[in-house]
Amino acid sequence: MIKTIKSYCSIKNNKVIINGRVDPPISIDGPLDSYLNEIYRSKQLNYPKYFKMDNLCKLAFLTGELLKMEDNLFGINQTEIGIVISNSTGSLDTDLKFNSSIEDRQNYFPSPAIFVYTLPNIMIGELCIRHKLMGENAFFISKEFNPKIICDYINILFDCERLQGCITGWVDVNENNHNCILFLVKKEELNTGQIIFNENTILKLNNGEF
Amino acid sequence: MEKLIEDLKKEIVNKLRLENIQWDDIVTDDPLFVEGLGLDSIDALELMLILEKKYGIKINSIEDGKKVLYSIKTIAEFITANK
Repeated sequence: MIKTIKSYCSIKNNKVIINGRVDPPISIDGPLDSYLNEIYRSKQLNYPKYFKMDNLCKLAFLTGELLKMEDNLFGINQTEIGIVISNSTGSLDTDLKFNSSIEDRQNYFPSPAIFVYTLPNIMIGELCIRHKLMGENAFFISKEFNPKIICDYINILFDCERLQGCITGWVDVNENNHNCILFLVKKEELNTGQIIFNENTILKLNNGEF
Repeated sequence: MEKLIEDLKKEIVNKLRLENIQWDDIVTDDPLFVEGLGLDSIDALELMLILEKKYGIKINSIEDGKKVLYSIKTIAEFITANK
């Protein structure tokens, strides 16, 4: 058995790519929120909780939906599908928004709906709830996409028989940029045409070089 | 009371980001949680924030909260009684 990348999807620089195919462009002048909502509508998704999410979760949620459209996770026991995600800023985008919302001490009404997203692990939680995933999960913060950390960690989880599948990748949002790529890694028999899961492959896919 | 109920429905749709629901779709007597609008615990906290921020009213106990936040009607009655 080998570990392969069954599917991968990315949403970055206003471009949606699904297994190497570029989606028709969506041109929206406005904040990231509007762009993401347009993707949601264009894919005819129906998950009301989406609209309550912060941008980091929305980005991960949408990419996860695209991934699942390509390769349904069913067939693997839900306790054996893990999630390992990383980024460079944690939940800083929402942290700053929350902070600015409570700066005025005379008008101090902290919003629980914003506060709840001031942890990047919440993004993993949203994906787990949506896809009913109950396997191992981890969130790492690194300066830039680090294939070694991702591969080492996932290989350990697979090798000690904790996982049969794993959603992994990079989900980062800040004021000026959004950058998300998710891979679905599965254990399979060796065959032709497979994308082998290793550091080199995920680095190339992340750089759009495949 | 009618105006207050309308305002509450609009405020809830807007603040709780109920994107696919029109304010006048909300049934005044229907439960807000689990059934009805299907709100959750974070929504409950947001509702309490609306009461405090917009109407200057606090809910003092969990038991009161359960009764007050049951429906739009019970919230409107609570505001009217305490304003």
